[in-house]
Parts: sequence; structure tokens; C-alpha cells
Amino acid sequence: MLWPLLDQMNPDASTLSLASTEVDIAPIEEGQAITVMWRGKPIFIRHRTAKEIEEAKDVKLDKLIDPLARNANLPDDAPATDANRAASEREPWLVMIGICTHLGCIPKGQAVGDYKGEFGGWFCPCHGSQYDTAGRIRIGPAPQNMYIPPYAFSSDTKIKIG
Amino acid sequence: MSHPSTYQPASGIEKWLDTRLPFPRVMHDQFLVFPTPRNLNYWWTFGGILTFMLAVQMATGIVLAMHYVPTPEGAFDSVEKIMRDVNWGWLLRYGHAVGASMFFLAVYIHSFRGLYYGSYKAPREVLWILGVVILLLMIATAFMGYSLVWGQMSFWAVTVITNLFSSLDSLIPGLGTTLVEWIWGGFSVGGPTLNRLYALHYLFPFVIAGVVILHIWALHVPGNNNPTGVDVKTAKDTIPFHPYYTIKDGFALVLFLLLFAVLLFYAPNLLGHADNYIPANPLQTPPHIVPEWYFLPFYAILRAIPNKLFGVIGLLGSIGVLVFIPWLDTSRIRSTSYRPIYKWFFWLFVITCLGLGYLGSQAPEGWYLFFGRLATFYYFAFFLLIMPIVGLIERPKKLPGSITQSVLGSEPPPVSSEPVREGVAPWHAFPVAALLALASVSLLLPAAALAEEAANGHGPVIKAQEWSFAPPFGSFDQAQLQRGYRVYKEICANCHSMRLLSYRNLAEPGGPHFSPKAVETLAAQAQVTDGPDDKGQMFHRPGRASDAFRSPFANDQAARAANSGALPPDLSVIAKARPGGPDFLYALLTGYQQPPAGFDLTQGMHYNAAFPGHQIAMPNPLVDGAVPYTDGTKPTVDNYAKDVTAFLMWSAEPKLEERHKIGARVMIFLLVFAVIMYFAKRAVWARLHRHDHEAHTA
Ligand code: FES
Repeated sequence: MLWPLLDQMNPDASTLSLASTEVDIAPIEEGQAITVMWRGKPIFIRHRTAKEIEEAKDVKLDKLIDPLARNANLPDDAPATDANRAASEREPWLVMIGICTHLGCIPKGQAVGDYKGEFGGWFCPCHGSQYDTAGRIRIGPAPQNMYIPPYAFSSDTKIKIG
Repeated sequence: MSHPSTYQPASGIEKWLDTRLPFPRVMHDQFLVFPTPRNLNYWWTFGGILTFMLAVQMATGIVLAMHYVPTPEGAFDSVEKIMRDVNWGWLLRYGHAVGASMFFLAVYIHSFRGLYYGSYKAPREVLWILGVVILLLMIATAFMGYSLVWGQMSFWAVTVITNLFSSLDSLIPGLGTTLVEWIWGGFSVGGPTLNRLYALHYLFPFVIAGVVILHIWALHVPGNNNPTGVDVKTAKDTIPFHPYYTIKDGFALVLFLLLFAVLLFYAPNLLGHADNYIPANPLQTPPHIVPEWYFLPFYAILRAIPNKLFGVIGLLGSIGVLVFIPWLDTSRIRSTSYRPIYKWFFWLFVITCLGLGYLGSQAPEGWYLFFGRLATFYYFAFFLLIMPIVGLIERPKKLPGSITQSVLGSEPPPVSSEPVREGVAPWHAFPVAALLALASVSLLLPAAALAEEAANGHGPVIKAQEWSFAPPFGSFDQAQLQRGYRVYKEICANCHSMRLLSYRNLAEPGGPHFSPKAVETLAAQAQVTDGPDDKGQMFHRPGRASDAFRSPFANDQAARAANSGALPPDLSVIAKARPGGPDFLYALLTGYQQPPAGFDLTQGMHYNAAFPGHQIAMPNPLVDGAVPYTDGTKPTVDNYAKDVTAFLMWSAEPKLEERHKIGARVMIFLLVFAVIMYFAKRAVWARLHRHDHEAHTA
């Protein structure tokens, strides 16, 4: 009897159905990033430079606060290597939910002039979490890497999220 | 306190009612003749003040709800509309917002009073616990109410606080996320969240009112505690609640209302945050997220604990621990006045709470974090260690024999009887002194750090200007507003909209006060896209008085594209939406300079001395002579900046003049009323004193 009274608060059918978005990534040049909305959350899509990829690859896994990839397209226990974080077979592309895993603020680092933190990725203004160029938490109170949503390339220049 | 009923139904109706629903009897016995200790001081008046504030919040809240729109698109603008268009809306809304602060001020004083005088000790445990329940409900209600404004601070406060529950993921993976999505009704804070917060915000005050009734009931069983903590022994120790305490509470209430009125009429936004006048933007987090002042101590505790889950536990525990105070305190006596050791710890606790409040408003780094942790530790140690231990080892001072004795001193109080008074043995004094020293250092150091920061010249310096509209008596300079409108129209309006302002507002008294004819002409100068017509086509027409100051761009994307990616903000409430307000706007408009040598200016940005970070996308908008003035004022950048700032201040606070004027009248009324109440109170209590005198001499 109580269940309907409680369950009504869960996301409703229309919210659930907003589940996927398609994004055209052709205009994003190397070094640039865009933010799109998916399920009311910001999705960061970054076209990484060779240098950024190199930096992310060079990090030893035992240096990471969170050793898991947090990638919805991979098994839960996949390690947080750069390859597991970036788009599969398309190294320059990093697609992730742009929400700090601490208390949900939106980290800075998408715009050209933004402070990106010591690791050149993202910096959360709320309590100072810092993420690297693979979106992995490196310093600060956030416990986990930024999450990677389920997505797939539907063509060379289109991503379907969700 | 149980006492034989003295109610005598006078009329037939009263007799009839008395055998059916003896409501008048309850009122008579519990509120008119209720035996109340004769020595209650002014700290005891806050119970009545709180009841009054609850009524104020409910009354203003219910009428605000008639105008408020709980949707992400409508919420922010509906609040502004209440303050602009609804009759007396500014008074109701500011009254509700400032009222929340006053409510918390009173509840904190009330709680500390209970803590100091041991009002939680047997037989008042249930009374105290009900009080804690009320406090919890108040916190929830205030938090939800703040979110309804749907400004940046509202939105991000909801995001951060609801995300606290996701910490449960570290206990059972998935539990936290499921819970948070259940609270949100979506995958992020959004429309469904706002709507349910609104529903609950309306419900909770009624629950509070219910618990308040239980609280008063639980008070009326054992009766009031009193400053000595000694139980009522004879009828001589008490006086009837009415008229003695009705008049005393009434006088205190008027004084309280004076403070309320000062804030409400002259500084309604003092305790708020400029960021909350920026509509919620789910894609951008403000640089500092700070809760309202009354939550700062709890926020400091949350942030002092580095682990997410334990931080949340600490936060909840800081209130939860209050429930157990009746059993944590092992002292045999109630009142702290007679507890020589505990007294020091108590005041240190008060200082700690204030200190936590200050720390909660600062970024948790360096020393702030250290003191935050220290204060958090003391907060819990006070309840969990000091209360039980000190109660056991302490030797209290001698209590007065009775309440009457403490007031009249018929027996010499043990002033000079040293052996009794000597509660603080030397070996106690040392740790107490050390703790006090620590406390004072902990208060001074952050202040020193702050002063240093300011001296380093970090952050732009905003100089205070003299404005005609400054409180408490200020009003707008009509000619200045008219000039300011011209500057806005010719320069700012090329990029910035003012969607909350319509041409008709320009004719309002207390504003630029253009004649209705002039307003028609001004409106007609604008081209407005309207439609669709009956063929489904959009068309252009000249503006009308009811048209808003729309953006020159078709949509935000177009605005960004035309301004190298930066979105020119809407200016309707900009004078309230930036720290520093009009002073900041003036400093910004006159702050364009050559960048100092070595400054790394990003391509397409401009150097501005007043802008945070000194890089601003907006190019210098003002040059001498750009807008012709017809009233003889010099067309200089300085005057443009002043005039347009005054205009923006008016658009942010169109009812400012009315507010100041009514404020003056209310203040005079309250001052006179306070004087009358003071003498009335003295007259009433003189009766009691005369009585005592007669009894003494007889
Ligand atoms: S929310 Fe990002 S650091 Fe706290």
C-alpha cells in the first residue's frame, strides 16, 4: 500500500524516455571541448591534443585515487587506464558526465580561458577537486573519476549518448 | 504545571460550551492564570517571539504561494514579479525572507537559553526533545524555502545537499544514487525536484505548528524552569502568566520587531547572497557555494571532515546529539549560573558555535580548515565528554532555598561565605584558562589571515560611492534615472535585455517617472516581433507600454555568437546580483584600463580593474559624449556610469522609495510602542513589588 506513495517520486516515464541524444562532433577542433545535455546532466566532449593524451597515458595506475575506469561501456572492474577512459579506437575523444563526484558541482575546464588545475584537465570550484586530461580524480575530496556515460559512435562524426 | 482550575464560566454560552468543549477553560487555566515562576528573565521571552514568528512566516508564506510558480522557467521570475507587480508583494516577500533569518536568530537564542539553564533536565526531557524536533523541521523547511527562489545559490545548494545522500554509495553501492534520484525525481535537480520541494515547504510549517502545540503541552505539565533551576516550592514562588508575562513578552517582542523592521526596510538583502539574484543555471556552478548564515556552523562541520560519508554523519550528528543531552549531562543541578567549572566550557561552546559560523563562510583551506576541525572536535567533545565528566567532578555553588528567596533575598544569599563559593579549585583553573586562550586565538587567527589577504591586494578594490538612494532615507533622483535610461537604451540595450522591466514601469512614481505620453513615444521607438497573426506569420510592430525590454538577439545562441562566445547577462536585477551592487557596477564601468605590464590577456578579452580576474569579454562601452544629455549634465563617462548605475539600481529595486518611506513610519510606530510597552510593563510589575513590600513589612 505504501509503495505507490513512495514510488511516485522516482523519475517518471517522460524523464526516463529522454534517454538518448545525438551529437555532431565534426566542428570540434583539436584542443576544444563542448558541453551537451543528456538526462539533464552536462556531458563534456573533449577533443584532446596529442600532448594531453600522452600525459594521461604516462600516469601510473597506482598514482590514482580511484583505480576504476567508471566507464558504462566497459565491465565495472575495468582499470582506469587512458584507453579505458577514452573512446574505444578513437583515442583523442573523451566523453564523460561533467559532474564532480564529490557533491555534484560542474568542474571548470571546458572553456579556453578556464583554470584547469595542475593536471590540465578540470578543476572543481566548489571544494577544489582536480581532474586530469582523462577526467580522473587526482587531488581533492571527490572520491571517484568522472563517470563515462553509455555512448557509441554512430558514424565518424556523430556520437549517440545513452 | 497541574493546578486546580479556577475558571468560572460567566455567561450561559460559556457554561454550555464548558460541558461540551471546555476550550475557554483550557485557555484560562493554561494561559491566563498559569502559575509561572516569578523570576523569569528576558531570555525567557523568546518562546513567545518564536510563536509569533511562526505565525508571520505562515501568514506571509500562504499569500506568497498564491503568486509563486513552482517551475524552473517560472520560479525566479515569479518571485521578482511578486516584488514588482503584486500589491505589497515586496513587503510580503522580503518579510518572509528576512523573517526566516529572524526566526532562526530567535530559535538559536531560545535553544542556548535552554542549554544554559538546564531546561532539558528531568522532568523536562520530552519538552527538550520536542524542541530538537522543531529545530530539525525548521532547518528542513528553511532549506526547501530557500530553494524555491531558484537562483544560482538555491539550485546549487539543493544539488550539493541532496548529493550528500549519494555518500551512502560507499556503504552499499547503488543505494545512494537510487535514493538521490528518488529525491530528485530525475537524473539531476530539475522541475520535479522544485515542485516537490514546494509541496513539502507548504506542508512542513503545519507540522511544526503541531509539534509546537505538543511542546507547549509538555511545558505546561512540569511548568517553566527558571534562572535558578530551583523547583517551584510554594505558591509564593509563582505569579499568574497574565498580566505579568504577557506584558513582559509583549515588550520583548516589540524590541525584536524593531530589529526585524530595520533589516526588512533598510537592508533586506544584507543576509542573502548576490548570486541568488542570478537565475539558476544547471551548467555553471558559482565560484563559492555558501548556505544562508543560519546553516553556516553545520556547513563548517560538514566540510571539516575529509571523508564524504563521515562528513554527512557529522552533520546529522551535530543535531542528533542534542536529543541525548538530558542524559549526557550528569550534573545534579540545572542552572549553569551555579556551576563554576561548567560555566567556562559553556561559554567556550558558544564561542565555538559562532566561530564555526564564521568558518563555514570561508573556503576550507589552510588555517580555516584547521580551526574548522578544532571547533568541530570541541563541538562534539562538549556534549560527549565535558557534559558527563564535569557534571561528576564539579562542586556546584549553593543554590538559593527557593525562587522567592533568590528574588527577595530574605535570607542573605551566600555572597561572602567563601567555603561554599569556592567552586573553582586552582587545579581546575589551569585547563580552563588554557582552553579560553585557545579559543581566543582560534578567533583571532582567521581574522588575521583575512586581513592579510585583503592587504595583499588580491581581488579588485571596489570603492563605495555616494548614492542618492542610500538607506535609510534615500530616494532616487528622477532626472538621473531618466538620463540613466537614455544611456541604457543607446548603449547597453544593444546587447543586454531587461526582461523584468516594461516600458510602462518608466512612468511609475519612485522611478524615472516619465509622463505616460513620453512612455508611449519611447516604447514606439522599439520594433517588436509579434505574432503569429491569423495567417500564422510573425510580424513587426512598434512597441507598446506593456512590452518588456527584450533582448536584441533572437536567442541565447545568437547572443553568444555575436559576442565571441560570452552571453550578455540580463540587466533587470544586475544591481542586486553582484557583490558590491551599485558600487561594483560603477567601478566596472569606469574600470577599463591598459593591462599592467606582464598581464596575460586572453585574445578577445579586455582588461578591467574592477572585474574579478580582470578579464572581461565586454569591451569598454562608454566614451565621453556618446549619449547627448539635454539637461545640462556633462556627458562624461563618469556621469554616464553613475546615471546608468542608478537606473539599474532602480530596475532591481523599483519599490525602494516606498520601502524606505514605509520603513520610517513603521520605525516611529514601533519606537513609540516600545516606550508605551516599557512603562506598561513597569506599571504591571510594580503591583507585584508593592505586594512584596507589604508582605515584608507586615
Ligand atoms: S563538488 Fe567538486 S569538489 Fe566538492
